[in-house]
Amino acid sequence: MFALRAVSKSYAGQSVLGPLSLDLPAARTTVLIGPSGCGKSTLLRLLLGLVGPDAGVVTFDGQPVTPATAQAVRLRVGYVVQDGGLFPHLTARGNVTLMARHLGRARDPINARVNELAELTRFPADGLDRHPHQLSGGQRQRVGLMRALMLDPDALLLDEPLGALDPLVRTELQSELRDIFRRLNKTVVLVTHDLGEATFFADWVVLLRDGRVIQEGSPRDLWHRPADPFVTRFVQAQRGPEVPT
Amino acid sequence: MRISTTLLWVFLAVLAAVVVTTPGCTRPVKRPVVVGAKKFTESVILADMGTQLARQGGAEARRDDLGGTPALWLALTQGDIDAYPEYTGTITRQILKAEPPDLAAALAAHGVRISRPFGFRNNYALGMRKDVAAANGITKVSDLRGRPELRLGFIHEFLDRPDGWPGVKRHYDLPQTNVQGMNHTLAYRALVEKAIDVTEVYTTDGEIAQYDLLVLDDDRHFFPAYEAVWLYRADLVDRHPTVVDQLRRLEGRITETKMQRMNAAVQAGKRTEGAVAVEFLRSELGVEVESSDGTLAGRVLTSTREHLLLVVPSLLAAVLVAVPLGVAAARWPRTGRVILAAAGVLQTLPSLALLLFMIPVMMWLTGKGTGAPPAIAALFLYSLLPVVRNTHTGLTGIPVSLRESVAALGLPPLAALWRVELPLAAVTILAGVRTAAVINVGTATLGGFIGAGGYGRPILRGIDKFDVPLMLEGAIPAALLALTIEGLFGLIERACPRNR
Repeated sequence: MFALRAVSKSYAGQSVLGPLSLDLPAARTTVLIGPSGCGKSTLLRLLLGLVGPDAGVVTFDGQPVTPATAQAVRLRVGYVVQDGGLFPHLTARGNVTLMARHLGRARDPINARVNELAELTRFPADGLDRHPHQLSGGQRQRVGLMRALMLDPDALLLDEPLGALDPLVRTELQSELRDIFRRLNKTVVLVTHDLGEATFFADWVVLLRDGRVIQEGSPRDLWHRPADPFVTRFVQAQRGPEVPT
Repeated sequence: MRISTTLLWVFLAVLAAVVVTTPGCTRPVKRPVVVGAKKFTESVILADMGTQLARQGGAEARRDDLGGTPALWLALTQGDIDAYPEYTGTITRQILKAEPPDLAAALAAHGVRISRPFGFRNNYALGMRKDVAAANGITKVSDLRGRPELRLGFIHEFLDRPDGWPGVKRHYDLPQTNVQGMNHTLAYRALVEKAIDVTEVYTTDGEIAQYDLLVLDDDRHFFPAYEAVWLYRADLVDRHPTVVDQLRRLEGRITETKMQRMNAAVQAGKRTEGAVAVEFLRSELGVEVESSDGTLAGRVLTSTREHLLLVVPSLLAAVLVAVPLGVAAARWPRTGRVILAAAGVLQTLPSLALLLFMIPVMMWLTGKGTGAPPAIAALFLYSLLPVVRNTHTGLTGIPVSLRESVAALGLPPLAALWRVELPLAAVTILAGVRTAAVINVGTATLGGFIGAGGYGRPILRGIDKFDVPLMLEGAIPAALLALTIEGLFGLIERACPRNR
């Protein structure tokens, strides 16, 4: 679905990504993982055309993503960020339907779609007319997901979607999200720095460090066949609770 | 926040409606007769009589206090006013700067007509206490020649002008050397207290009657004649022939003594110009009229309407221009720095200087240099900065994550601005409009300097006459209006839920 060829990106002379080539195949959940500043969020922005590459080509469905085509790409791709990225002046419903209303879609199909999504994301119906600050963190995240799914996109990009949630809500949402991904069968690209979360979601894991791909493969590959010592260290750095016996 | 945006638009719509429907913005077919006045007692009394007489002539009429000779002449030739009282000496020396053989013909070239004199002169003259004059045997200026020990006090301007003391001294060959410069009011006090013996007076000064002074006869005709007359537009004869007839009823009817008494009644007796004018018309011309001063409430209502006519259009125009400028400044940072700097420079200009600077500019742009337009233009420029800066701050203050979310939805830039960015910045923008409105209300009082009306008129008249109640008649409503606007914006802001 997405492909990057020899892509590099730097900010103010500081290289943050690449050169890097990567394929993100359709109908699969790919997780981009790596330490802070490894370039994983920049990679998502490149996919949406929110930033342009300094060199190389990003393609979506075979077409290059350029400033001219970015708008069309974004209509076919849903984007979810940490804490939902909701607009505080709109209600949950207003946030979810913003783009559909801008496109002039009829009111009834919009409402039907909202109800369908509320059910899918288990979002309470009475919360639809609340403003973001009246919702819990988990609920805001669900609204963010609904907004991304509103136009029934081909692909879904999620940037640390669960980063701001407490562990209980996070675990609950993780399983719900995985169910949703499986049910929708869309191309999903998820960014996280949590290996547990990555292995929970991923069909395919891409480990990034300093803007380069260190290793990609199934979660099992990463665990059992680390490509270099950094992978080993990264995998082992994820610790479970340390309980005195 | 949605409520706030709605309210903002409702507010702007109401402003627009006020501007469109307020009389004065659209020129009515038959506009009222306007009689101009200079900002001193005598001129205001005469102009008030003119206003009353114009009403007798069946026209709607009002008085407009504009300031000095140049402003009045400009207003008359532009058609802002239809008539005003003037003095022949001023016409030749200050307006035409020539001594034409036929004054009426010279004025006709400007589309202006002149009436016959009212009967009194407001000349320069020399004045003395009657007892001091009698003791020295003085009745006319040439008598001063034999009294070199007399002490003289004049205003500085009279001391320096060739047609003042130096001219008198040469013309009459006067010997006095004890001559000091002082303030006009002080000179009168000094004369009464016998600290000086002679001062210069205007022959209709109220003080002459008040202190019972002797005006020395200008027996060798040094001082030019300042005969009081009407100047009026030639087209007034066609538009309101009866008004012209009524105005000319003053010809030959006001003696110097009567004018002195009327001036004294206002200056010493603290009566209003309108009341004095009405009394004169009643007793001398048998005209029964109501004072055009009106009630306090009526006057405040009029100045409030005039003030709002300055504030509302200038503020509205400023918002309509400043918000797009602020948006541009936020979108293109380099252009933005230029825009913000330019608006900042406008703000550092002293407001009075900006106001006066607007007179030639508006003269050039619209051919109309006095009254409301230059004041509105200056207030407009003055209101830009707070709105531009707050729009810029409001937009650039939106978190990057939100702006990315908008873009990631696929919303095009204009729609993003309209549907998300401006609503998010609305509270900040509103605060800017609020600041601009309050500054605007205060600065608009300076419009009184250029005849724009509003609360500035009573304030400036009050300062001229040192009449504290009159000053407060403008100052208190101005303060109340500012507070009201503060309160209104406060309500609007409180109606916006804080969603961040």
